[in-house]
Amino acid sequence: MSDSKAIFLKDAAVNAADGDQRAFIRKALGGYYTNRDLQKARYRDWERARDAASMAKWSAVNDLANVLEKFTANFERNGGVVHWARDAAEARAIILKIAEDNKAKAIVKSKCMTSEEIHLNDALEKAGYGVVESDLGEFIQQLRGEAPYHFVFPCMHVKREAISELFTKHLGTAPTDSPEELTMIARRHLRQLYVDADIGITGANFLVAETGQISITENEGNARLTAALPRIHIALSGIEKVVNHLDDLSVLLPMLATAGAGQPMTCYNTLYSGPRKKGECDGPEQFHLVLLDNARTRLLADPEQRDALHCIRCGACLNVCPIFKNIGGLAYGTTYQGPIGSVITPHLRGLKQWNHLSGASSLCGACTDACPVRIDLHHHLLHNRRNAAKESPTLFDQVFHHGFNFVIKRPWLFATGGRIFRATLPLLQKLPLPYMGAWMKTRDLPKAPSQSFRDQWKNQNV
Amino acid sequence: MRVSLFVPCFVDQLTPQVGLATAKVLKRLGHEVEFRSAQTCCGQPSFNSGQWDVAREAAVRALEVFRGAEVVVGPSGSCVAMMRQFYPELLKGTPHAAEADDLASRTFEFSEFLVKKLGVTDVGAKFAKKVTYHDGCHALRELRLKEEPRQLLRAVKGLELIETEEGETCCGFGGLFSAKFPMISTAMVQVKGGALARTGADYVVSSDPSCLLQIGGWLSREGKPILPLHIAEVLANDA
Repeated sequence: MSDSKAIFLKDAAVNAADGDQRAFIRKALGGYYTNRDLQKARYRDWERARDAASMAKWSAVNDLANVLEKFTANFERNGGVVHWARDAAEARAIILKIAEDNKAKAIVKSKCMTSEEIHLNDALEKAGYGVVESDLGEFIQQLRGEAPYHFVFPCMHVKREAISELFTKHLGTAPTDSPEELTMIARRHLRQLYVDADIGITGANFLVAETGQISITENEGNARLTAALPRIHIALSGIEKVVNHLDDLSVLLPMLATAGAGQPMTCYNTLYSGPRKKGECDGPEQFHLVLLDNARTRLLADPEQRDALHCIRCGACLNVCPIFKNIGGLAYGTTYQGPIGSVITPHLRGLKQWNHLSGASSLCGACTDACPVRIDLHHHLLHNRRNAAKESPTLFDQVFHHGFNFVIKRPWLFATGGRIFRATLPLLQKLPLPYMGAWMKTRDLPKAPSQSFRDQWKNQNV
Repeated sequence: MRVSLFVPCFVDQLTPQVGLATAKVLKRLGHEVEFRSAQTCCGQPSFNSGQWDVAREAAVRALEVFRGAEVVVGPSGSCVAMMRQFYPELLKGTPHAAEADDLASRTFEFSEFLVKKLGVTDVGAKFAKKVTYHDGCHALRELRLKEEPRQLLRAVKGLELIETEEGETCCGFGGLFSAKFPMISTAMVQVKGGALARTGADYVVSSDPSCLLQIGGWLSREGKPILPLHIAEVLANDA
């Protein structure tokens, strides 16, 4: 068993047994379902909108090299500097070098899951830079010393009282249970940091090839301040975030907001078009973009699962996933939680170490129905399982399935085996057998009938 | 019509009454029903465990078993989805691909067969009980069946249908998933089973006997006063 699987099993078991926390998460998502459905109903045809969003991503992903070249040429024409990073280490090195070259001290950062993926904060702090998260949820998680719980709602699992205590402890503020006051505390704390920072690091929701612009979506306005106030703006993005046309955003931006957060549109949608130009009174002096591969091209090379690169990180699949809701986001141990995380993490970080996430699904398909860009999520979990069984078969699985196959190939053996199984079921239920023992811990089996269907059918129809 | 019954392996061994009820309803509607006893398991446990080579053998066997059948009808959204959605995927690019597509086009889930293929909603059943309906995920999302079983239940004399919270939420069965990740599976059935119990219904009815195994198993262990029942058993009841 891989280490990551052992940790997952332990954490998932603890969280699945925590009824209060599970109820809290379900309640936290309750408003989302209502708002999402309300907003979806405003579309003339949500399914056609999904087709359009999916096509916008498909056409870029399936022509990625060309679209990226077009994008970077336009981005550079706007005055930005493009850096290519093959993996996390290269991306970290690029960002550290920019900081060093510019003698930076303080860094402010807006929400960017790609930076979590490359463990950027650790690297910056180790190199002696102060780095502060400016998204409220990420700021709370940073103070807690915890990874984001949900890649859109990073601190959705934290109760208000805990946030108040956290602020009292770290910022010395008076306890409060008002969400507005808690927000204001963070806001007051962060304002000066924007002014003091030399570098602002952001992510990117979309890279628009035809204009060379970066699109960033946010609800708090912190990304705008992060991008605009410090003298250097560094955006970090996966290469799959590129789209062909500005017009693609007309479907992608509202769908991102509706599918992910139940909003008609996210509060702030900004297009960034390069550094401050001559005669402009504000904006950064330098605008860098780090384009990260980090195994995305491996996914691109797999035609079966390539559509996973359509992902716009809206979080809709997490919001509807019964696994996510019952084990929580931290149990995954990944940057990207929920169904999309279970699909892509084996590609990004190794199938052998991470296939258990694809196994930990009832394959209910709620994720696939929720995905605004039509990623075939739950079937990809099946594909990962198949690939893992081929790549690193386990002896137990081999024996179990080939044994089972030996039986079901022979109807007489199946019938006889069934008869023995039914006759000994009361005894079998008491034994610590694999699979059945685990089942019996929390559930009963029906009382075994004396005759199977096939026996009764034969008797009735002779 | 001559209907060939597709009885899931665990229904054969653990809940044979579901298979018998399916046959009874079809016969009552005037159809000829056969059971080909060479059938065993559709191979879904192996398919879902990534053992596609093993599952492929089961699929090819099923093609042989049901060769020449006019229509194949199974009282399980999950096992029918295996035949209809996943056999073609498993056998794509093999010499069996065309036959897999052909079998898929002749295979129906029980409630789907009644409503969509036969155009029947009232099968002449009586059942004076309060029931709530559980959508199995394979029926709901692979076969896109939602209204069909409800149309059938609404036509049952005396039956009161109550919808539940968490209506489209998975019960947490997922085949071997329920035993490989029992803690997650149990948490899921707590959510689902709890919602079903709160409806105050006498029975939770489903077209999926595997979900009923999970839900019924948990309800029984927790001593909840609501019983699992397959839709075929409701429809077979005419007394």
